[in-house]
Amino acid sequence: MTTAPASPPRSPRVPARATVLPGRVVRLYGGRMSLRWRPRTVAVCVLLAAACLVVGALGLTTGTYRLPLSRVLATLLGRGTGAESFIVLSLRLPRLLCALLAGGALGMSGTVFQSMSRNPLGSPDIIGFTSGAASGAVTQIVLFHGGPYATAVAAVGGGLATALLVGLLAAGRGPAVGHRVVLVGIGVSAMLTSLTAYLLTRASLYEAQDAQIWLIGSLNSVNWSVVAPLAAALAVLVPVTVAASRNLAWLELGEDTARGLGVPVGRARILPAVAATALAAASTAAVGPIAFVALAAPHLCRRLVRSPGALVVPAGFMGALLLAASDYTAQRVLPGTELPVGAVTGVLGGLYLCRLLLARRRAGRS
Amino acid sequence: MGTTTLSTTTVVPEAAAQDTGRRRRRTAAAVRLLGLLLACALLALAVVASVAVGAKAIPSGEVLHALLHGRTSVDGSVVWDLRLPRTLLGVAVGAALGLAGVLMQALTRNPLADPGILGVNMGASAAVVVAIALWRSTDPSFCVWFAFAGAGLAAVVVQVLGSRGRSGPAPVRLALAGTAVSAVLGALISVVTLLRPDVFDQFRFWGVGSLAGQPMSVVTEVAPFLGAGALLALGLSGALNSLALGDDTARALGTRVRRTRALGMLAVTLLCGAATAAVGPIAFVGLAVPHLARALTGPDHRWLLPYSMVFGAVLLLGSDLLGRVLARPGEIQAGIVTAFAGAPVFIALVRRRRIAEL
Repeated sequence: MTTAPASPPRSPRVPARATVLPGRVVRLYGGRMSLRWRPRTVAVCVLLAAACLVVGALGLTTGTYRLPLSRVLATLLGRGTGAESFIVLSLRLPRLLCALLAGGALGMSGTVFQSMSRNPLGSPDIIGFTSGAASGAVTQIVLFHGGPYATAVAAVGGGLATALLVGLLAAGRGPAVGHRVVLVGIGVSAMLTSLTAYLLTRASLYEAQDAQIWLIGSLNSVNWSVVAPLAAALAVLVPVTVAASRNLAWLELGEDTARGLGVPVGRARILPAVAATALAAASTAAVGPIAFVALAAPHLCRRLVRSPGALVVPAGFMGALLLAASDYTAQRVLPGTELPVGAVTGVLGGLYLCRLLLARRRAGRS
Repeated sequence: MGTTTLSTTTVVPEAAAQDTGRRRRRTAAAVRLLGLLLACALLALAVVASVAVGAKAIPSGEVLHALLHGRTSVDGSVVWDLRLPRTLLGVAVGAALGLAGVLMQALTRNPLADPGILGVNMGASAAVVVAIALWRSTDPSFCVWFAFAGAGLAAVVVQVLGSRGRSGPAPVRLALAGTAVSAVLGALISVVTLLRPDVFDQFRFWGVGSLAGQPMSVVTEVAPFLGAGALLALGLSGALNSLALGDDTARALGTRVRRTRALGMLAVTLLCGAATAAVGPIAFVGLAVPHLARALTGPDHRWLLPYSMVFGAVLLLGSDLLGRVLARPGEIQAGIVTAFAGAPVFIALVRRRRIAEL
């Protein structure tokens, strides 16, 4: 009752997907609520959370002003001096929290999209969300000279409108909706990207640079007024996404199979899509469109967890770790300049994906 | 796709069937030739319009006078120094991008292959940005070599990453590899432009893709590369046809697959590198034009390549014209118009066809 059939012994050549949904099932309230978990998945989550803590500790203690860990802990407990409080509580902590939250949102969002589109490229970037957000924000910066809040609102509006447009254009009959979303997304993205480039040519150099930094995605000007709304949004969205993505593993088997297994296919698709788009929107509004975290986090964590299905929670931890570590790197890689974190995630994520492709090439399978 | 006929199962005596088949083929060829001529006429029309229409209203008699007598007046130099190079550049670059799109789609057997998506444009852009940053020169005759190097390097890297062991490249893997390489290069570009605002200021105009403001010398400088690339591409049409049947079949038919791929990639690099060096990255011509042409010609590359060449030129020149007319007295750069014209065509194609066919 409490354990699924033991998975067959796996030779290294058989992909992990041979088993459908391995793991232990905990049933509560006479089976009305159930929770499936695998020790390995839980272990990976704990490990990733620990890594986040390490990166966080590094980020809080080092910088232009070094603080020993004991002083940081004391400051966090409210026993720091004025200068320490300012550095830790007003500068470093909001930045760290923002990186963790936004990265987590991106990781979760990415894994839902990849699972739904059954496409390793399926991420908020591909459905045009990111380019829509970028166009919205740059329009606001260049044409209406809006401040950070107006930019965030315009970004979210642009992103949601684009995602909706792509969804409508790709909708229709046939088994290939996932692929069509990717293709339509590429088309719409190309249009919006060139619109953004055009707006940049119309701006003054100062505004264009402002917009450029926003376009890459940066944590350099984060403060509590950015973190608080992001945290509030995630408090609502994370549980919704986790609950809504329960059925995604079945959808990965194909729509017909899923329907045959009694999964409400329509609902199982729309709810996670909405939740994942909202997650991407929240993160984009806070820190701008950051490349590659949403794409790479699910890939990375699938390799660690070695389980099929949408790994929403571990991918969230992985995204948080990726963004926090990238921001740590971005602040220190070029002394004297603060790189936007998006530049670092772009390079690291791209190189990682290249390496992944090379490794698979050697293994000789797609 | 489209015009190939498979209705030879009827009980017609064999000789007669062969005869009808031959006649039908001949008619189809005549129709396609006529279509190509019509497309060329359209291109000629676009060329005339491009020389005649612009931000400064010049009467057509005056344009003709200027063309015949050279730079004798202000109008004359507008025509000779601004509109003529721009028009020639539009034709050459558009044709090059159309050809490059077909080549890439054939070589990778991937309907989404496009110099933009497979990272070739980004490679050229990144190399040009580095060149601008290091040597402070936007002179195309200088940048073109960097653009070649960047385009070629990116193309090779994407091919290597995207190919699956010995069995050749798979569409999704190639797109993935293109995304990965583009992301790295894009991040590189953004780092350089952040550290050097002066480079950013130049790059943001170059990065849109515009035919405007280039002197005639640019045309003459990139023309040899574009010409060589085009000849190479057209020469490969037969090999591309057999490559479309799969590597093994192509090999059985006597096509040297590796050589064809290598030459094809060389042609793509020449075409895209020179085009990007001359006018900046232009989106969607390479992606949309082959699909448009294929809808008319079917899959035969002997027709597909010339059609795409002409269509690419018409699309780019038309986009440039539209940008000039729409935003008078300013103008919208051609790269933006092609994206807005090409993307809906592409989306319509995606929606209408089954993906398997694409």
